[in-house]
Amino acid sequence: MFELLGIPPQALFGQLLLGLINGSFYAILSLGLAVIFGLLNIINFTHGAQYMLGAFVAWFLLQYLGIGYWWALIIAPIAVGITGVILERLMISKLYHLDHLYGLLLTFGIALVIQGLLRNEFGISGLPYSIPPQLAGGQNLGFMFLPNYRGWVVVASLVVCLATWFVIEKTRLGAYLRAATENPTLVGAFGINVPRLVTLTYGFGVALAAFAGVLAAPIYSVNPNMGAELIIVVFAVVVIGGMGSILGAIITGFGLGIIEGLTRVFYPEGSSVVIFVIMAIVLLIKPAGLFGRAA
Amino acid sequence: MADALAQQRPAAAAASPLLKVADLEGWYGESHVLHGINFDVREGEVVTLLGRNGAGKTTTLKAIMGILAKRRGSITFDGKELIKLPARAIARLGVGYVPEERGIFASLSVDENLMLPPQVKPGGLSVDEIFQLFPNLRERRTSQGTKLSGGEQQMLSIGRILRTGAKMILLDEPTEGLAPVIVQQIGETLAKLKREGFTIVLVEQNFRFAASVADRHYVVEQGKVVDMILNEDLDASTEKLHAYLGV
Repeated sequence: MFELLGIPPQALFGQLLLGLINGSFYAILSLGLAVIFGLLNIINFTHGAQYMLGAFVAWFLLQYLGIGYWWALIIAPIAVGITGVILERLMISKLYHLDHLYGLLLTFGIALVIQGLLRNEFGISGLPYSIPPQLAGGQNLGFMFLPNYRGWVVVASLVVCLATWFVIEKTRLGAYLRAATENPTLVGAFGINVPRLVTLTYGFGVALAAFAGVLAAPIYSVNPNMGAELIIVVFAVVVIGGMGSILGAIITGFGLGIIEGLTRVFYPEGSSVVIFVIMAIVLLIKPAGLFGRAA
Repeated sequence: MADALAQQRPAAAAASPLLKVADLEGWYGESHVLHGINFDVREGEVVTLLGRNGAGKTTTLKAIMGILAKRRGSITFDGKELIKLPARAIARLGVGYVPEERGIFASLSVDENLMLPPQVKPGGLSVDEIFQLFPNLRERRTSQGTKLSGGEQQMLSIGRILRTGAKMILLDEPTEGLAPVIVQQIGETLAKLKREGFTIVLVEQNFRFAASVADRHYVVEQGKVVDMILNEDLDASTEKLHAYLGV
């Protein structure tokens, strides 16, 4: 049995894995926020509730329709994404001519309403959602035990994040998106339907949150508060990475998850605040964020 | 001068105009900047809007393009009324816009900038033809759009519109801040586009440049068109123009 810096390897790698799992959620959620903020200039405070809705839709699908995890992974993001499209069309779009603050207040209020309704109906004890049978069990890697489902979460998150990055940075659609982020008026004057692009972008960002919610359902219990707790940390991640930077959101998400995990090994008392400490330091030194472009 | 305008208008109206702007008024927020702009442009013509800074030339182009939110009056293009249409619908009818600030996107490569405006009509230039027109761009295809020189950005801004198949181009001060050799290149490009049948509305401060490419000149003063001068009468009208432009 070897030790690293006096820490047993099981504990070290166990926490690293946990950090990587948390980092996966940070990355997908902050990516969605970054995409939305880039084009809509709105800080989407409903994001945590939409993540939670993803988990709930997965639970509903199983409970009432007998539809399992794999289909939920596709259906829940689409369903929650559609609610996002409706929300953007009916409410958020009315606020674009106002200060950012109003969008923040609206989306925060909507989050409270959604969470409140579900809390009324389901309480806060959490609903169980089991790991799909294909991913039950785990691998003994020698230095640690890797549960299959957790490995899957990390891989699935990475794939989704990189696919999103690819679409935004390397495709024609992504070029429209980047251009509309810079100068929506001119992009409209080229004949592109910018309002529709904005609506679909919001729907996509919301769908990403719901996808993360489905991934999370078997790990954390399905709970109306699951998003509210997570989203505070995710906002700190977004501030550290820099609002609006796609690659920055992904790297910072995974990176901070790992840092958090390592802190839990070496200085457990600091693990719940380390991200906020980093946020404070980044804000002081580089207010635009590590990957942000100064405005 | 109102008489001069009245006398010349029938000639211009003989062939039915591709673009006709009538009693166009426009606002920036509360401030009333266009007070009844009237002019028309026939197919294949190059027409300039001349006038002092702040006369309303750029605003007129923005109003035609539908970028100016608050506008009133009538703008007909190819027989269709534009005044109620959003910018994207106007672009789809085949109106191309090259803004004064050039509008090159920093987060897009030169290639992506070039390919950004969708094709709205058949018969646009191919990418190869655009590179023949502006050879400098070919070597910079993968560069970030805003890393180009001012002249190259102007070429990119014009080039990407030529790809779309738009037959009328609104060109806002293409020579502003550019070296004489680049101005000359852009002038040659405009002459070539005119030969190929493009219709161009040009806002220009550089009077000599305007004279070298245009068929007719409209003088804009305080949000109104106050005069129209044929290019061949330009020499005879120098004094009058100097008074208008304050040169």
